[in-house]
Amino acid sequence: METIQENKVIQFTENWSQPDNLSSLRKEARQALNGMDFPTTRVEDWKYTRTARITNKTFSQQPTNLAVEAYKIENLTCHELVFVNGYYDASASTILEDDGLSIEGVETLDETAYAELLEDTEENVFSLINKAYSTGGVSIRLGKNKKANYPIHIIHVITGTSVIANTRHFIELEEGAELYVITSYNSTRAADCFNNAVLEGLIGENAGLTIDKLQTEEQTVFNITKENFVQDPSSRFLMNTITTGGLLVRNGVNILVEGTNCHTEINGVYLGRDKQHLDNHTFIDHLFEHCTSSETYKGVMDDSSTGVFNGKVIVRQDAQKIEAYQSNGNILLSEKATVNSKPELEIYADDVRCSHGSTTGQLDEDALFYLQARGINKKSAQKLLVAAFVGEVLDKVTHDSTRAHIDKLFLRKFGWEF
Amino acid sequence: MLSIKNLHAKVEDHDILKGLNLEVKAGEVHAIMGPNGAGKSTLASVLAGKDGYEVTEGSVDFDGIDLLELETEDRAKEGLFLAFQYPVEIPGVSNVNFLRIALNEIREYRKEEPISAKDFMARVREKSALVELDAKLASRAVNEGFSGGEKKRNEIFQMAMLEPKLAILDETDSGLDIDALRIVANGVNKLKNANNAVIVITHYQRLLDYIVPDFVHVLADGKIVKTGTKELALELEEKGYDWIHEKV
Ligand SMILES: Nc1ncnc2c1ncn2[C@@H]1O[C@H](COP(=O)(O)OP(=O)(O)OP(=O)(O)O)[C@@H](O)[C@H]1O
Ligand SMILES: [Mg+2]
Repeated sequence: METIQENKVIQFTENWSQPDNLSSLRKEARQALNGMDFPTTRVEDWKYTRTARITNKTFSQQPTNLAVEAYKIENLTCHELVFVNGYYDASASTILEDDGLSIEGVETLDETAYAELLEDTEENVFSLINKAYSTGGVSIRLGKNKKANYPIHIIHVITGTSVIANTRHFIELEEGAELYVITSYNSTRAADCFNNAVLEGLIGENAGLTIDKLQTEEQTVFNITKENFVQDPSSRFLMNTITTGGLLVRNGVNILVEGTNCHTEINGVYLGRDKQHLDNHTFIDHLFEHCTSSETYKGVMDDSSTGVFNGKVIVRQDAQKIEAYQSNGNILLSEKATVNSKPELEIYADDVRCSHGSTTGQLDEDALFYLQARGINKKSAQKLLVAAFVGEVLDKVTHDSTRAHIDKLFLRKFGWEF
Repeated sequence: MLSIKNLHAKVEDHDILKGLNLEVKAGEVHAIMGPNGAGKSTLASVLAGKDGYEVTEGSVDFDGIDLLELETEDRAKEGLFLAFQYPVEIPGVSNVNFLRIALNEIREYRKEEPISAKDFMARVREKSALVELDAKLASRAVNEGFSGGEKKRNEIFQMAMLEPKLAILDETDSGLDIDALRIVANGVNKLKNANNAVIVITHYQRLLDYIVPDFVHVLADGKIVKTGTKELALELEEKGYDWIHEKV
């Protein structure tokens, strides 16, 4: 049985090029992959997301370049790091003067320190494939008590036929540092492409990291991303994931809260149409006391689309005085749309305040009627209500240019105005 | 303007309206009174085109148009307005924003140009002053956190913004304090002219001291069972509804 399983992962990756000298990280990742298989829907964590749709296909690495203007955020002066099909495009990228901020290739990372740091974070077959075969990525480091002068926008674009992009990034904020990062996943003229990305990092003591993630690929692209972060004491982490694109998307956000007085906030909006399958898995692991975490994910599913939300929070035995809040709300706009929502709270400490809630329903009929009775067409009324529903989460995107960018995207794609 | 003939309607297999007739002409004010559960709000919902209300018989003509054939929004665009007995709260949707959309969709339907931002804001100021609705309320989310009275005022503010041909006010007076009642009624009176009409549904003669009706109807058991002038309202206040049943 093992041989067959081994073959599958190896087959999947066998035609990809590799550097001549394998780093220890790549070697270890490859070794780990040897004994692994792709998850089936019998595996609890992948119960609702059938990855065979991806893994039965053949992908190849295809370096190329293209115009990236369209993916930039208007009126935002920022470092722009461009990755096309998983390869860094230096000529399309812009790195500005920013004292205390270092941006280098991910291969420059000290692998021993890195391995130690992320020892306790979770891997899966896709993140291991990424680590064994990554073709590019950045290592970002911000020095002690530095606030970056500019945000960083990591622009991922995928294009071509049967392309896999394995980008792998690492962010480290030293004590008291402050950084704002946007990661966008885009595509153009992509057919059967696969973005398999990893973003990891460490948020030092008293440091604060904000990430806005925008997924707007065409519905011919698969996207599996994993974000692993470790929080040191008194640090703040905020991440907003906005997903409108992709045929099958699986986001895995894992936060290991390794210190007291931390705040962790992860939010998401996912809007599905046609046959899109949008899956958000989150995991916040509270190991220390006096921390707060908050999580709000909202989905609006139309046509035959499927949404998946699985939000796991563990409060370990020593993590007293934790306040953890989680909510997931979904609206189904069509009878064929479905959502599988599962909050998972595991609490081993006794003095904690945790709440979670999950709702899935239709638009409020009475509100719809009220708006129509004022002369608003049914379609416009629906849009207004949907925009109001997700607006609460979009308001967490507090950077004006990014918010304006998202608003424009929604207006273009759905005709929604805020 | 409005001609309802032999209207029968049911909700979830219950017959609620059972052969209702009503004629309203431009320039008129009609009051509809009647016991709880008689079908007054049902009539308003049927006219506005709410889902779940099935018309089984009869017709409704609105200025030459078969009203029952139209979608809810098109009824509004033709000039029908319903002030709800229980206005819904719509979190996240701003009051003025949705009114701007409504106004412009109505204008588009009538092949008129959209209203300019400046004219729109001027109109908001003018009309909110008319019903003394706090400017802050005008721009908040629709009815969210509004008091009962504020919700009713907001209904009349919306009516003022949209200037309908025919307005149906479903118990707009309930929940209003005495001063608010006077203000709201004055607002309605100022909007009244020879080309439009108002139907007020109420349980209390008090409102009719301010909005003086040309006709008072009693709706009982799904039909208009008696029609009179404003004196009828006084008589009802004194004697209740039972005496009418006895006569019918
Ligand atoms: N969705 C529904 N399902 C079943 N019965 C309904 C429904 N809606 C209304 N009814 C019934 O229809 C009847 C008429 O209700 P309606 O709200 O029109 O009364 P009303 O005259 O406005 O009363 P009130 O003075 O209390 O406002 C009532 O008996 C009510 O219970
Ligand atoms: Mg009623």
